[in-house]
Formats: sequence, C-alpha cells, structure tokens
Amino acid sequence: MATDRFIAPDYYLLDELLTEEHKLIRDSARAWVKKEVSPIIEDACQKAEFPKHLIKGLAEVGAFGPYIPVEYGGGGLDQISYGLIMQELERGDSGIRSTASVQSSLVMYPIYTYGSEEQRKKFLPKLASGEWMGCFGLTEPDHGSNPGGMVTNIKDDGDHVILNGAKMWISNSPFAQVAVVWAKDEEGVIRGLIVERGMEGFTTPETHNKWSLRASATGELVFDNVRVPKENILPNVKGLKGPLGCLNSARFGISWGAIGAAMDCYDSALRYSKERQQFGRPIGGFQLQQKKLAEMITEITKAQLLTWRLGVLKNENRATPAQISMAKRNNVNMALEIAREARQIHGGMGITGEYPIMRHMMNLESVITYEGTHDIHLLITGMDVTGENAFT
Amino acid sequence: MKILVCISNVPDTTTKITFNSEQTEFNTSGVQFVINPYDEIALTRAIEITEKDGGTVTVLHVGEASADPTIRKALAMGAHDAIRVNAAPRDAWFVANQISNVANGAGYDLILMGRESIDHNGSQMAALVGELMNIPSISICKSLTLEGNKATVDREIEGGKEVAIVETPFIASASEGMAEPRIPNMRGIMSARTKPLNVVEAVAVDTLSEIISYDTPKGRGQVTLVEADNTDKLVELLHTEAKVI
Repeated sequence: MATDRFIAPDYYLLDELLTEEHKLIRDSARAWVKKEVSPIIEDACQKAEFPKHLIKGLAEVGAFGPYIPVEYGGGGLDQISYGLIMQELERGDSGIRSTASVQSSLVMYPIYTYGSEEQRKKFLPKLASGEWMGCFGLTEPDHGSNPGGMVTNIKDDGDHVILNGAKMWISNSPFAQVAVVWAKDEEGVIRGLIVERGMEGFTTPETHNKWSLRASATGELVFDNVRVPKENILPNVKGLKGPLGCLNSARFGISWGAIGAAMDCYDSALRYSKERQQFGRPIGGFQLQQKKLAEMITEITKAQLLTWRLGVLKNENRATPAQISMAKRNNVNMALEIAREARQIHGGMGITGEYPIMRHMMNLESVITYEGTHDIHLLITGMDVTGENAFT
Repeated sequence: MKILVCISNVPDTTTKITFNSEQTEFNTSGVQFVINPYDEIALTRAIEITEKDGGTVTVLHVGEASADPTIRKALAMGAHDAIRVNAAPRDAWFVANQISNVANGAGYDLILMGRESIDHNGSQMAALVGELMNIPSISICKSLTLEGNKATVDREIEGGKEVAIVETPFIASASEGMAEPRIPNMRGIMSARTKPLNVVEAVAVDTLSEIISYDTPKGRGQVTLVEADNTDKLVELLHTEAKVI
C-alpha cells in the first residue's frame, strides 16, 4: 500500500466539541494506525490473515475496554473516547476495529456488567492487556436477526452445566481464549456463560473464503457436551436483555467506526481528484466529481454530529437502544455509499490494493449486516416512533 | 540523570498556512498545534535514557496557556513533570534567556531539544542556551549514548558524520535518528492527568529581533520544455523570460 497520507476531515470544526484528552486519545490512536496498521493491512487482507502482532499495540492504545474501570485493567475513559478509538481503528480497517469491538463491548462489557466480582477479577485485566482474547457467541446458523429463537442450551449437572449447540459468524473465535456464550437453560431462559478454550468438547473451526473482513478471524463455536462450571455463568442477567445490552455498546462503537472508514475513502478520493488529470486538468474540477465529494463531506459531517451527540447522551446514561440503532444504521450505510462513490472517483485504480477503497467497501458489507442488519435497525426505529411491532 | 527537554508548540505539518490581512501574523484559527517533531525525538530519547538508567525528565515550554495540551502530550509520552514559562515566545534571544533562567542552578545533567522548530526554523536555541549557561552545546545530533557522565554523540556534518564525546552537563539538539518518536499510550494519557505542570512567570528580557511581515512561497510557474539540442532557444528563454542571464 502507498504511504498513508490521511488527513481527517473536520468541516464543522467539531474538534472544538471534544476535550483535550479526547483529542490526545484520538490522535494517539490515529498515529498508531498510521504507523502500525496502514503499512501491513492491505497485505493482511490479501492473504486473509489476522495480524496477531497488533494485539499488544491495540491494548496499549486503549482499544480493549477503554470505558471499563481502571481497577479491572480498563481505561476508565468515557464513551466518546471509546467511540473515537473505534473511529480511528476502522479508518485503518473494519476488521481491526471488529476485533477491538468484540473484546470491549461483547466480552469485557458483559463480564463487567453481568459478571461476579470473581469473574471480573479473573478475566478483565487479562482481556484489557490483550493477554487473553475473547469472542461472543449469540448468532446461530438458523437464528441471526431472531436470536431469541436460539437452540444452544445448557442442562444442569451438579456444580456444572452441560452446554450443547453451535454459534456462527463469530469474530475472534479461532484464537480466542474465552467465549461469552448465550444459551437457553432448561426453563428456556437465556443465560450467559464464559466458556474457556481447553474445555472438553469445545471447538472453534475457522470460516474461510470471506470476501469481507479478511484481516479479521471469523469462525464458529461448537459445543459438544461441554461441561462448564457454574461459577462461569454470568450471575447478574437473565433473558435476551443480556446480549442486547452488549450489542448496544458494540453498535455505539460501530456508529463511530463507520465514520472512520468513510473518512478514509473521502480523504483518498479528494486527494486523488486533485492529482488525477484528465482533459488537461484535475478531475476534481469537474462537476460530477465535485458532486460526489460535496455529498461525501456533507454526510460525514452529519454523521460526526450524530455520534458526538449520541456519545454525550451515552455518557449521561440517556442513550436509548433505538437512538443507537439509528446511528449504526445511518452511519454504516453512509460509509458504504461513500466507499462506492469514492471507488468511482478513483476509476480503475479504485479496485486495486494501492488504495483502501475496495477493502473498506467489502468490509462494510459485513458491518451493514452484523450487529443488527440495516433492515432490522430500520424496524427498531419504526417501532420506536409508531409503537407498532413490525418484526414478526 | 536529571534531564530537561525544551519543546516548541508548532502547527501540525499538514496545516494550510495563512496570515492576517497585513501579513504580520500567522492565522491560528482552526490550526492544530503539535510538539515540534524534532523536540519529540529529543523527548523520546530522554525518556529512553531515564527508563534505562533511572532519573527524571522535565519538559520546558516557553509559551502561553494555549500550549498546555501540547505539554500534556509530552507528559503522556512519559515525561515526569513540566514547566511552562508564561509568555509568548517573542524571539530566539527571549526564549533562550527564559530557558537558561529556569535551568541555571537547577542541576540538570542534560538539556535536550530539537535541532530546530519546524515553524521558524531558527536553529539557534541550543547554541544560545549553551552560551548563556556556559556549558557545552552540540547541535544536530543523530545519536546520543550515555556512559556515566560521558556522552557519545554522532553529529550530522556535510557528507558524513562526526563523533564527539562530551561530559555532563551539556546541551544537545536532536535530529532524525536519535530516537523513533513515541506514541502516547492510554496508561500514559491517564497518568498525564495528574503529573505536575508548573507555570512560572517570565523574566524581563529585551527582544533582539522583530518580525515585520510574512509571505508564502510563490506558486510553481509554468514549465516550458525545450528540446535537448535546441540550446539557442534555451539561452533566449533564459534571457527574455527567466531573465537570469
């Protein structure tokens, strides 16, 4: 990949809405991405390899549980800090951001929020440092948008439970030491369990041949009569609200992350439009290209304002799941549209690995589907404003 | 080892430079300021030295409160404390006097700074402070290693390098190669919240220079291509258009 010449757009001087510490956290993550991610990410994607050597650096920039309290190894930072870190990571690559999202929002968050004090102390510091990586098992082969229909189950066995079932589309699963898994108990109530690598009957086959998130490892979780100690059950939550609480946190991060991918595509397209000459002048001087670029920066600016406000609400514990759905849906779609338009501005070069566009575009096809599909988020907003359930 | 690192607060390298309508002042609106990149190298080397051999790194900045975020970044990178001399950095002589006033008698074994700031590019500071404090000053160092109170430095010179040995206390200005600038990590950013940033007032010093006006470089002109064997045409153009011969 060519040298990373990224300059972040800030059309409405939104930096003035951030604290100096927010900017320092964001700029440090941005510098780290330029130094560590940009030079290797294209190659990692082409080879479909997760760059494991980045884990230590991800932990150091605060990508793992930045809002988890310091006493458990987290950063003790606010939600806007978390969002900004996700934005910068996804500016590098959605797959790298996905790894951090899963670790923070889908593994550390439930252990912190629903776990016992012993579970917090045992798992969180090692997850924050990246010594252990985690994954999250909710989606099943036949239950994606309808997680409540899950068939993965636990049966009582004295001081253990017996876990059976399978999960799929699980980021980080091939190398994770721990998995936060959601399964129904004998009463049909959804419970959360911490399953650890090495437990007999627990395997994590990798999903190959993805055209998206190629620098992120994805796999399945297969449970064949896995004996899980009861002390690994998350004691403080029952029902679907457990996993949905995790998804709220992850979707919030994704709404920021998508802006990062959009900014990278816009920045590359803007630079290319000034450098690429046709008919004797830069293509940025032609109206059709300007339309694309003007609409891109408009949409990015709107998305930046949306997430900033959502961050303020989340810091005050006032952000509703429906508000988070709106931001995730809007921003990921915005990023995907910008990737497509930016690809056109780059002409044929846009399909090559010399530019990040096609990689972002392919990644965003996953992001618009995972953590609640584009359509499901629309139904969440629809139900929120009408009071009518259109899911079933 | 007690180290003082002097840092400047400069516009980010990607800044689009503009001036006020009188061309007398740099327009700072919307400009992001950063630690001068050469100072960042010096600071990183200072932190590396104290991590290996023990000691403290104090960051010194001559400037107004608007530079505090830049100083906090230096603390997040690993400096132990900071001093800000509360005055606009009017010229090199003024700043050098403020630095020497803070450093004199404070027992620093080593004073490090960048070879130049990337805004005014004066390259005078290390020499001026060395003279004012009457201690050795070595400019444009590509590496610096310490063995007890003796330092070995590689200096960049025309067409090669020079190796020098110097005893503490001394001043050195850093160039590329002395260290790879460090990116603050989250722990560093969190610990920077509570590290001391002491603000002291400036001593009265006359300035020796005054900036009259600024101008940006002229844009590139049109390129006229001349066939390699058409020297008459080239000479004519150099006479009539470029007017250089």
